[in-house]
Amino acid sequence: MKNLLEINNVVKKYGDFTALNDVSIHIPKGSVYGLLGPNGAGKTSLIRIINQITLPDAGEIILDGEKLVPKHIEQIGYLPEERGLYKSMKVGEQALYLAQLKGLSKKEAKKRLQYWFEKFDITAWWGKKIEELSKGMAQKVQFIVTVMHNPKLLIFDEPFSGFDPINAQLIANEILQLRDEGATIIFSTHRMESVEEMCDKIALINKSNLILEGNLDDIKRNFRTNTFQVGLKTENPKEVEKILKEKFKVFPADFKLLSDGLTLNVQLNENNTANDLLSFLTSRGEVQHFVELIPSANDIFIQAINKNN
Amino acid sequence: MSKLKLIIQREFVAKVRNKSFIIMTFLSPLIMVGMLTLVVFLMKKNDEKAKEIVYVDNSGLFDKTDFKDSESIKYLDFTSTGISETKKKVEEGSYYGVLYIPKKDSLEVLASSVEFYSKDSPNMSIINSLESKIEKKLRNKKLTNFGIDLAQIEASKINTDIKMYDFSGEESSKLRNWIKIIFGAIAGYLLMMFVMIYGTSVMRSVIEEKTSRIIEIIVSSVKPFQLMLGKIIGNASAGLLQFFIWGILLFVILTIVSSVFGVDMSQMQNTSVSAEQMDAVKNAAEGDKMQLVVQEILGLPILKLFILFIFYFLGGFMLYSSLFAAVGAAVDNETDTQQFMLPIMLPLILGVYVGFATVVNDPHGPVSIIFSYIPLTSPIVMLMRVPFGVSWTELAISMSLLVATFVFMVWLAAKIYRVGILMYGKKATYKDLYKWLKY
Repeated sequence: MKNLLEINNVVKKYGDFTALNDVSIHIPKGSVYGLLGPNGAGKTSLIRIINQITLPDAGEIILDGEKLVPKHIEQIGYLPEERGLYKSMKVGEQALYLAQLKGLSKKEAKKRLQYWFEKFDITAWWGKKIEELSKGMAQKVQFIVTVMHNPKLLIFDEPFSGFDPINAQLIANEILQLRDEGATIIFSTHRMESVEEMCDKIALINKSNLILEGNLDDIKRNFRTNTFQVGLKTENPKEVEKILKEKFKVFPADFKLLSDGLTLNVQLNENNTANDLLSFLTSRGEVQHFVELIPSANDIFIQAINKNN
Repeated sequence: MSKLKLIIQREFVAKVRNKSFIIMTFLSPLIMVGMLTLVVFLMKKNDEKAKEIVYVDNSGLFDKTDFKDSESIKYLDFTSTGISETKKKVEEGSYYGVLYIPKKDSLEVLASSVEFYSKDSPNMSIINSLESKIEKKLRNKKLTNFGIDLAQIEASKINTDIKMYDFSGEESSKLRNWIKIIFGAIAGYLLMMFVMIYGTSVMRSVIEEKTSRIIEIIVSSVKPFQLMLGKIIGNASAGLLQFFIWGILLFVILTIVSSVFGVDMSQMQNTSVSAEQMDAVKNAAEGDKMQLVVQEILGLPILKLFILFIFYFLGGFMLYSSLFAAVGAAVDNETDTQQFMLPIMLPLILGVYVGFATVVNDPHGPVSIIFSYIPLTSPIVMLMRVPFGVSWTELAISMSLLVATFVFMVWLAAKIYRVGILMYGKKATYKDLYKWLKY
């Protein structure tokens, strides 16, 4: 798959503080790319560099095969985490102004705004001032001005904050639809369930360094611990647990079953397989639950950061 | 370039649509004119009814010829009524007051024994005029006592009136000097007000963008420098618009005034009024000062003043508003601006003070000249000097220094602005600002 955006060895320093230390990430065309990291890791610095709000001290950025230059501003849509609109300006005027700043002609901007306003059913807000709208309403307007110039690259920083679950779902669907229509999306958030739901690839930044990058599935495979959740209906649970402890690593269960019985988390050793565990279990009773523990994005995040620290 | 135009347009429209702008532009000249009219009206009303002052002269030295009635004051001789009776009458009646001149042996004692009674504390100008009347009478009396002929004293009086010219042959006069001072002062003061009002408006607009958090969206579309420049130019245009509207209103008012007082408007663009015309005006309307004043105003290099005002306004505004923009970028809310505002306001205020203190007394003295070169004060001080005639060389030095400085300042402020607009939370210090310059 071709990369839409390549960030190669980018360094950014603020005085003595290094915000980004030799960071390289590659974002495939048509993907949803999760940019993750704790607060203050350097995500915003990176996003600002992609938006050319600030310039990197070293490294290069390639957008769609070309070195990033100011004219590319029109091909990028950015929804910052700290967002807002001119409070005393009217919704329509403001959207037109922002669209024109992104290089659309007034006529074209009007046409597209009409489409989006109808789509979100907010045509009635055109003449209202932003200060008259609720936060969620303003967020919708904000989303529209981010995407209306049909950018190749969309950057969403915490796009769901301020939305109720219904509107958050609406926005999530819009984002996925934009991807299906060919846009590439960088998605920065702390809500790990939406990372699971939406991201194809992720990058994890901690303390100015890139510590993890790749397909979410590959990363999960790398982070698998070969641990299984086990539920067994047996007559002699204590003996089974004792034998299990000799052959495998055993941890207390982190799940609940509806029926009674022995519940454990069992981690395989290097010299045995899932089948070894399963055949042992079947020989000792009725297996009610046998599931591999797949690391969640949340687990990966916490593990990787803790390890790095 | 088209983005800069968009920004300028937005800033201009946002400013001009603001209610306070509309009120300031149209209402304040009306309020000014209204207040002036009110003052004039009240003064006239005040003077309409002549005040009646009664005098009781027991010394027998004074008579009606010493107390000549004027338009505003009438004198009545109540000597025959006696002081105690007169006092009673005045207290009950509508007379303004009683002047009591007792009988004394010597003129010196008499001079310090004159009394004035009134219901309210008396108008100082009336007291002064009474004092001078009595003084004159007593002095004449003494001179006669010394055997000096009063007619000779009268004949020896001579009036000196130095006629002032500059080397371009322009006649100056005290009145003209005063008008120059007033015009210079108004121009300088107006410039300071404009810079302050529109400078803080630039600052407020920067802060608004920061607090509403739209700034990051804007700077992902345009360069911070473009945004800052657009803001400055947009606000300057709004300021100029306001100035033009005021100018037009002033012109209309001046036209009305001069047509009322019958001054030829074709003199408007003449930089000097010839001496004959001056004499003609003096002779034709002796005492009609208003006509003279209007004539003198029209005699000023108004076009030159106007153009220079616009130049210095733009230059000074660019200089100061870039600083204001940097301050706006450095803070999160207006209350935090205090620590940075003082160093900006100081040279502005200094300019006005220097203007009033030195330019008025000595428009071409070293202090005036130096401050009309220093770019932070030159817009104000130079404007104050312009009515007195400033050579083109001096203007060129002052103007080029101003331009060079504002280019440098805009560049410097842009560096602070660029970093500051994206900084939230922490209150910036001067040290921070210095650090940002190096980012």
